[in-house]
Amino acid sequence: MPMHIGEKDFRKRVSKGISDDYMRGAVRSAQERLQNRRAAAAEELGDWEEWRTLGQQIRSHTIEHLDYYLHQLSDKVAELGGHVFFAETGEEANEYIKQVIQKKNAKKIAKSKSMVTEEISMNAALEEIGCEVIETDLGEYILQIDDHDPPSHIVAPALHKNKEQIRDVFKERLNYKKTEHPEELALFAREKLREEFLAADVGITGCNFAVAESGSFALVTNEGNARMVTALPNTQITVMGMERIVPGWEELDIVVSLLTRAAVGQKLTSYITALTGPKQAEEADGPEEFHLVIVDNGRSKILGTEFQEALHCIRCAACINVCPVYRHVGGHAYGSIYPGPIGAVLSPLLSDYDEYKELPYASSLCGACTEVCPVKIPLHEQLIMHRRKIVEDEKKSTLAERVAMRGFEQIVHSANLYRTATKMAPFLTTPFAKNNRITKGPGPLRNWTDIRDLPQPANERFRDWFKKRNKQGGAI
Amino acid sequence: MKGSIMNRDRFLTNIRTKIGGLTASQPVEKPVWTVSPQKKVLKDYTPDQLVEVLEEQCQHIHTDFFRTSSNSLEKTLDEVLNHYGAKSVIYSNDERFVSYQLNPYFESSLSTGREIYRWNEKDKETSISFAEKADVGLTFSDMTLAESGTIVLFNKKGQGRSVSLLPRDYIAIVPKSTIVPRMTQATSYVQEMVDNGEDIASCINFITGPSNSADIEMKLVVGVHGPIRAAYIIVDDK
Repeated sequence: MPMHIGEKDFRKRVSKGISDDYMRGAVRSAQERLQNRRAAAAEELGDWEEWRTLGQQIRSHTIEHLDYYLHQLSDKVAELGGHVFFAETGEEANEYIKQVIQKKNAKKIAKSKSMVTEEISMNAALEEIGCEVIETDLGEYILQIDDHDPPSHIVAPALHKNKEQIRDVFKERLNYKKTEHPEELALFAREKLREEFLAADVGITGCNFAVAESGSFALVTNEGNARMVTALPNTQITVMGMERIVPGWEELDIVVSLLTRAAVGQKLTSYITALTGPKQAEEADGPEEFHLVIVDNGRSKILGTEFQEALHCIRCAACINVCPVYRHVGGHAYGSIYPGPIGAVLSPLLSDYDEYKELPYASSLCGACTEVCPVKIPLHEQLIMHRRKIVEDEKKSTLAERVAMRGFEQIVHSANLYRTATKMAPFLTTPFAKNNRITKGPGPLRNWTDIRDLPQPANERFRDWFKKRNKQGGAI
Repeated sequence: MKGSIMNRDRFLTNIRTKIGGLTASQPVEKPVWTVSPQKKVLKDYTPDQLVEVLEEQCQHIHTDFFRTSSNSLEKTLDEVLNHYGAKSVIYSNDERFVSYQLNPYFESSLSTGREIYRWNEKDKETSISFAEKADVGLTFSDMTLAESGTIVLFNKKGQGRSVSLLPRDYIAIVPKSTIVPRMTQATSYVQEMVDNGEDIASCINFITGPSNSADIEMKLVVGVHGPIRAAYIIVDDK
């Protein structure tokens, strides 16, 4: 699955989201649960702001010295007997992973959840060479079984589906015979996937955080599938976005604690698994061969720009869980595997404005995202910076908007024109108004009036009213 | 055997140009962070207070909590295994099972029809296939985090990764002295080993209760791929 998902046209995606009542209900209740759990977990610490400050300091320092820490990480991994491949593009990463798999003559690949492998369409690349890639995270498994339905949330990928829909998918595809109770559905997946874990030739994981000083990397999970994937197959491949790294273990403590609290309100998730190199002598389980693939795929374009802080993201989805826009349109409307506020910031950077120029506008700029971000990324400010770039540098606003803005500029530059225009406004809008409200606006006004009424401009201008009031001796 | 590094120079040069950074050959000084909230958590708690925090946290992580003395450990373990209906048990190859004198118990269990197997790092196939079918996986905790209710396992040699993962239920024996306030103490311990150039375990697991998922309608299901139930037995030290 590439980064881009669904319909090409942004408005069509949004309309689809808005008219999907079930999805909207599911998103609402999920957002509420996750928001409350996050808030309780932050509250409980008592000094959450200090934790955020520390998180921010660690992430800024690491990204400012990313070259150094990646160098150190790769040295350590190689020292431990692992292989490190630096991939500038998704294609390079996929080529390398394919080579490793072909050399092993492997057919069955068990995979734990990883956004970066989605971003580079790794599954499709491996399926092309005849491999079977099995998603083992419960949410990802559900989506894979359902004809590769795209994820709509970075932590809970199947958030947009209800349990009845999941039951039907299992029934149709896997001959499932039980009810829609989540316990029964999960138990069924447990039994199905057990066989796959035991039979897999290669395990592929993502990476929550690499630790440069020891050549380790940590997986933050709840289900236990990532542990299976790293304990049972003989070969393990870990794919990491190049920014997912911290200097040492003391920093790992902080980012993990921030992640689990901000993402799901847990003090720690069920499993934090820190892996260091392939298995050592005198160990029975664990991989004999370990490959680490470090992926750029557009990330370095962000370095040294006003958007560098976007690379501080630890993928907790707290911003998604509080976003009022996400709440209404759902994850698929963003057209990117990275939805919500962080998706609106990152997607145009990793891809380009041609594909994602609407996303920075899919925000009310309320700033709730910035407030909850555990590493203090100024998300809504970054959205404004995107808007500025789109309009001023890239000239990518629509023709109608450019004409309107040019017109507005001329009108407000001249006192006479301004006076005439504001005097004319009530008369010009009268044909469209009913009871002083415009319900079906012409041209560009329609986008507004499709959703809500626009009050008709009053007959008397504020400036005139004010002058009159002064003359009549009204108090200010 | 040393592994390989591919494409590094081009990749890192590009990054360096973009951030206008240092050269990777010069060591970067890690700054002193201006705040350290992690060090204040449960600071100055006595071992008994930490046990209380742990007990309370177990309720939030769907984990059964038991407390016993080293003399009664055998009895408590037997009760918990019966409670879980354990017909087969796999335990890690850890000398603490000897020092806490559990071996005679394991031997006598065999006569009661309970299958007991010690993880054998020299026999991957048998060990994994036993673990996969076992009702209970049993380990000692290497470090225990009171705040989150977490068992830390340094999985190496006889401490197979699968013992705490593949069986239906997981039981951890927690010597009271292994309990520390939070993750900070565990990561500092590892950092010290790293600083001293010592090998750290190839797999360090932080285990907090049974496996779970909220992927279906955000409703919590306890027991997904890893163990379905978990119990901690806190034992006063030998």
